Amino acid sequence: MSEQNRNEPARILQLYETMCLIRAFEERAEEAFDAGLVNGSIHQYIGQEAVGTGVCANLRDTDYILSNHRGHGHSIAKGADPEAMMKELMGRVGGTSGAKGGSMHIADFSVGMLGANGVLADGLTMGVGAAQAIALKGEDAIVAVFVGDGTTNRGPFYEALNWAMVYELPILFVCENNTYASSTLTRSVTAGEGPVARAQAFGMPTFDVDGNDLVAVDAVAAEAIGAVRGGKGPQFLHARTYRVKGHISRDKLLYRAEGETEENWKREPLGACAAWLAEEGIAEDDIAAARDAAYARIDAAVEAAKAAPFPDASLAYQDVQDLGPPEIWPENLRMPGGAS
Amino acid sequence: MTEMMFQDAVREGLAEEMRRDPLVWALGEDLSTAHGGTSANQYLGLIDEFGPKRIVNTPISENTIMGAAVGAAVAGTRPVADLRMADFGMCAVDELVNQAAKIRYMFGGQARVPLVVRQAIGVRKGAAAQHSQSTEAWYVHTPGLVVVAPGTPADGRGLLKSAIRSDDPVVFMEHKDLWGATGEVPDDEGVVPLGKASIVREGSDLTIVSWSRMARLAEEAAEALAGDGVSVEVIDLRTLWPWDKAAVYASVGKTGRLLVAQEAVQVGGFAAEIMADVTEACASALETHVRRIGAPRMPVPYAEPMENEYRVTPARIVAKAREVLES
Repeated sequence: MSEQNRNEPARILQLYETMCLIRAFEERAEEAFDAGLVNGSIHQYIGQEAVGTGVCANLRDTDYILSNHRGHGHSIAKGADPEAMMKELMGRVGGTSGAKGGSMHIADFSVGMLGANGVLADGLTMGVGAAQAIALKGEDAIVAVFVGDGTTNRGPFYEALNWAMVYELPILFVCENNTYASSTLTRSVTAGEGPVARAQAFGMPTFDVDGNDLVAVDAVAAEAIGAVRGGKGPQFLHARTYRVKGHISRDKLLYRAEGETEENWKREPLGACAAWLAEEGIAEDDIAAARDAAYARIDAAVEAAKAAPFPDASLAYQDVQDLGPPEIWPENLRMPGGAS
Repeated sequence: MTEMMFQDAVREGLAEEMRRDPLVWALGEDLSTAHGGTSANQYLGLIDEFGPKRIVNTPISENTIMGAAVGAAVAGTRPVADLRMADFGMCAVDELVNQAAKIRYMFGGQARVPLVVRQAIGVRKGAAAQHSQSTEAWYVHTPGLVVVAPGTPADGRGLLKSAIRSDDPVVFMEHKDLWGATGEVPDDEGVVPLGKASIVREGSDLTIVSWSRMARLAEEAAEALAGDGVSVEVIDLRTLWPWDKAAVYASVGKTGRLLVAQEAVQVGGFAAEIMADVTEACASALETHVRRIGAPRMPVPYAEPMENEYRVTPARIVAKAREVLES
């Protein structure tokens, strides 16, 4: 994605298609889960698409991102192949992580996506290390780490922000404030003024943006990432958004007030972006075409994933470690369908 | 050969690897202060040669020392993270066990995690419950990790080199009471391969398997038993995962008797794994039952009489050896 012509309708139309790709992926992933095709849980990114899309639009292939348990959107925005991701969810050959990880462990190192993560805040500590590696190797690249509001209550959040400032690392922290920490309202368990104030306590420059406004996220991310690239050290981008879906897809949202989800759904980012594009003179047909192309691509990914074979059980033994790898079951303990 | 202290030999090994490969760097608390390390001087002077980008003096942030090492390793460098002691290593078990040990596997082999984490083990006089623990079994239990526990200056230097060159994450557990110990260190590169035990004393009546400082105490016990005409073979495992089964099996095949000695709490310890494995694999070779010796299942106490009650000593190893010999 070109870093020029920001706010140009043609650029935003492209990013709109990326958001649609994420939305379609999440909707189809839920359908696949409900149909029993997904072996584990999924954490959906619906309602937050503008944040990952707007930030990654300003990153290069050589830049790294580190994600969290809600990582589908970040992965697609950074350029991971949705078909390989869908195969990963369904535990099939050709999955991004060889069907070893599933939804929470999607990674695509070929596009600098260093991994979703099942443990909150670990992306922060690993992210500063990746930034240190960049500095040591003298590379022209940066790191972006995505965390949620709930993670700002974990200790490593503070360690990593302090560390990044001490070593003046090329890193952007993106705090996606989606209001919930699992099924708890984050503000009900959080003291002080919130993530921005916490980052400012380390002397870190901060940005605050409506995370449901793609055009705004794109512009603010450009400024923050420009500062990181310009050698101004770590930056903190706080994006206010809302997790439309539950913590995981089968979450019944029993903890929400009546009408809360519906009220917030009115602010979801895709509709707002489509309206902006129409106002800027993009033809309705072109907007619909972008949306349709995204859904068609995901539908094809679902079909490809369903058609792909399951991995052979013997692959379970691969990639544990070079020295002292696991030994296969002795012959008398082998099970049908298992490794032999 | 040159006579060297353990801490100096290991520092020399690190410096040699840092000269050999510009992507090797170290991070941890106090690495570049006038102390040049924490309890010993394992990093003294390295800041002058390698500068602050490669000898990184960190805040007291164990999560990030370990997590940053993982991130820097997957991003193509070879960090050596120092967590001072295994007791503090517990502050960073998440980053080591959930990330370093699993990234290669759960990402389908896309990434390697070539890091070394140093966390010293063992009782040092008067260090009490939170500065004395031997947690090697925790990490042997974790798939994805290599675990090293050298017992001599030469092995400390040579195994650190192999650990740094390994593409697997390596937990490097030196014994705090060995930092000041001296020994002969080879003048050449002196690389010691991972996974290879050292037969430090040959014998024919009994095999004692041990590691780290306990291997030195096992040698003392063997010497005492030799006075009574008992010929003891002492094996210093050096690497705990993967451990050198071939060397142990061969020795047990020769002696028919096995005692495993460890400093750590006996219950659930690594000695139990060796006993179980040898019992299964070498049943026909065993003339008698195997035995193990480890500390009682209690925290390490402070006052000297109680501290000594905790310790596995050469005298206790000798007494346990007699049980094996007489059973």
